[in-house]
Amino acid sequence: MSGPDRLLGAPTPSAELLLCDVRVLDPRAGVDARRDVRIAGGAIAELAEPGTLQAREDEETIAGDGRLTLTPAFFDPHVHLRTPGQEHKEDIESGTRAAAAGGFAGVIAMPNTDPVLDSAPLLRSLRDAAARQARIPVGFLPAITRGLEGEQLTEMAELRQEGALGFSDDGKPVTSAGMLRKALQYQRLCGGVLALHEEDPTLSRKGSMNEGAVSAALGIAGIPTVAESTMVARDAALAGYEDARVHFQHLSCAASVEALAHGKAHGWRLSGEVSPHHLLLTDEEVRTMDTRMKMHPPLTGEDDRQALIDGLRSGVIDCVATDHAPHARDEKEVPFEQAPMGTTGLETAFAALYSGLVLPGIIELPLLIERMTAGAALFELPTALIAAGEPANLALIDLDAVWVAGEHGWESRSENCCFAGRRLQGRVLLTLAAGGVAHRDRALAMVGA
Amino acid sequence: MNHLLSIEDLDREAIERIIAQAERFSEVSDREIKKVPALRGRMVLNLFYEASTRTRSSFELAAKRLSADVVNFAASGSSVEKGESLKDTVLTLSAHKPDAIVLRTPWAGAAELVSKWCSAAIVNAGDGKHEHPTQALLDVYTLRRRLGQIDGASIWIVGDVAHSRVARSNVLAFQRMGAKVTIAGPPTLIPRGIEQLGCEVRYTLDELPSADIVYALRMQHERMSETWVPSMREYAAWYQINARRLTARQILMHPGPVNRGVELSGEVVDSPQAVITAQVEAGVVVRMAVLYELLAGAREPRPAADRPADRPADRSTMAETSVLGGSPSR
Repeated sequence: MSGPDRLLGAPTPSAELLLCDVRVLDPRAGVDARRDVRIAGGAIAELAEPGTLQAREDEETIAGDGRLTLTPAFFDPHVHLRTPGQEHKEDIESGTRAAAAGGFAGVIAMPNTDPVLDSAPLLRSLRDAAARQARIPVGFLPAITRGLEGEQLTEMAELRQEGALGFSDDGKPVTSAGMLRKALQYQRLCGGVLALHEEDPTLSRKGSMNEGAVSAALGIAGIPTVAESTMVARDAALAGYEDARVHFQHLSCAASVEALAHGKAHGWRLSGEVSPHHLLLTDEEVRTMDTRMKMHPPLTGEDDRQALIDGLRSGVIDCVATDHAPHARDEKEVPFEQAPMGTTGLETAFAALYSGLVLPGIIELPLLIERMTAGAALFELPTALIAAGEPANLALIDLDAVWVAGEHGWESRSENCCFAGRRLQGRVLLTLAAGGVAHRDRALAMVGA
Repeated sequence: MNHLLSIEDLDREAIERIIAQAERFSEVSDREIKKVPALRGRMVLNLFYEASTRTRSSFELAAKRLSADVVNFAASGSSVEKGESLKDTVLTLSAHKPDAIVLRTPWAGAAELVSKWCSAAIVNAGDGKHEHPTQALLDVYTLRRRLGQIDGASIWIVGDVAHSRVARSNVLAFQRMGAKVTIAGPPTLIPRGIEQLGCEVRYTLDELPSADIVYALRMQHERMSETWVPSMREYAAWYQINARRLTARQILMHPGPVNRGVELSGEVVDSPQAVITAQVEAGVVVRMAVLYELLAGAREPRPAADRPADRPADRSTMAETSVLGGSPSR
């Protein structure tokens, strides 16, 4: 089914830039070398040996001096922009500003808004808003079931015509296997990826955190990891049976990775994502009952965290997704069990993973770049590539810059970041999205222009 | 000691100090005029978000015997029902400059949160299913009065551990005082991972005769939204402490209120082994000792009580830590 442009952002002036002597790192293009890079008319015009390109009068020059790294811009297939209805937490402008600050040139927004994004007119109005307000291109996943209630399919075919990238009931599972099967069957008509939040509510019940020694010590009802993994196994089998395309959201435990690997080994059309917080933090963080550490799915144990890292490394898990979930301060300044679930993540994703996984030698930087850009292709979108003639979707990063997350505030409207206060290394200085400058760090020194 | 938030924060020395103070106050309860002027002019605020008769009245009595002024603030019939948040309620009540706030809520960690929002000394009188530290202190006090020392004693805590803040505080407190703790109950009511608190776990009462002290927990109907055991009848058949299960040398404890015929049979409630009324009596003197420790002891002067209400909470003072606490590699 052909449709309109699936990502939309506000028009920005085409970048005219000369990046002198930057380390160009794009594992897909097979490049890791110092280069001069010219961006003209919003596209990558030239890549040349360092020191060989001369600045023109109409372009800005940025001196990399071999210290700065240029990567394809990141893509996040899982964010909450909270519009419509919860603009006190985030809106399209603030959320995409946060994304741009994190080096992202594309994000996909979830439908658990108020009202729920489950109809074509609402999708149309959101896409109109994105075309006026979004700093970087945004795509939308409308709901699988009306009102996220799990009882009746949305008008998926019409939604696809209006530009839906796929469908998700994120925030809630499609509890009924029979209901999900209908959605998988209907996908043959309308296409679009079905992205699934996996949770068996009869197991997760009223839990507020991972079930284990920490929940036992705190007296907080726990969510067992099998609440997720049994649903991943169930829905992988359903997707295999219907030959449907399914993406598993925010995987959080070893058994889920195993279930996904099992399904992929059968050749079923499955993919999966993992969040920076599940890769870097465990439920030990909850001991202080800091509500920034309350997310859905919850932070799990160390064995699960290691399995997620292994899954990301091996490719069983295809990509990183932040599940950026802003909440207002007064909503989070409550006792742990009362607090809403979610952490922001767009502004810290790269730096947290670089500091926590790359610097200690757990994964290589090219692999991290690959996994932070792989989400686009999973949703049938073009992947950012550093090559002459490609549109400029780029992140310029200072890998040596050390900063404290949140010390100068946030671009996001909310501050509920699980990495707040941590010392991180690696800072995005410049983000180009769809050919325009979407973010520029104040620290970025420039010459000319 | 600035607050009493959890047993976890107390070492054995602190527990001993509170118990010794409670012993000194127990003499006051036997006087004709049951009052000492230790906290004259101080204000204790009881802020209760859950129904409570014995704990609240016990705190009230304790404060009054120390000559403190007491204000009771129950969540029902107040601004809380109009949707005021915990933080706003605490900031509002702080305007009256209480010296101590005794707080009970259905939410784990609430007492600790409140301690960051105001300058009063906070006493946790129960936070969700997390802790109930004064109950554990009065239980230790009761046992010490009865037995002298409890080092090496075997204490079995029996019943609904999952929904019990008393169980969590008592496991910690009994262990701090040198006892060996076993918890026993239906598998559906024993939280996974609880053994990491250092206690043994049993699913039957077969080894109950080895216990020196049997601590039965209340089956918390009010806190149970689902079916955790097939029936109260089946629960009683397997876990009720009755004359057949309780031996003459064992001491029986219960935090009250008792469900006769469920966790305890009527005959053991009234048996000489039961120290249930002694626990209630201990409640007042131990809470006197806690309030005294917090308000009259060698406390540091408090920071100014009139912290601006619109100031962000302590989370804005972020400690700089590295991205990962533990070692990230295998």
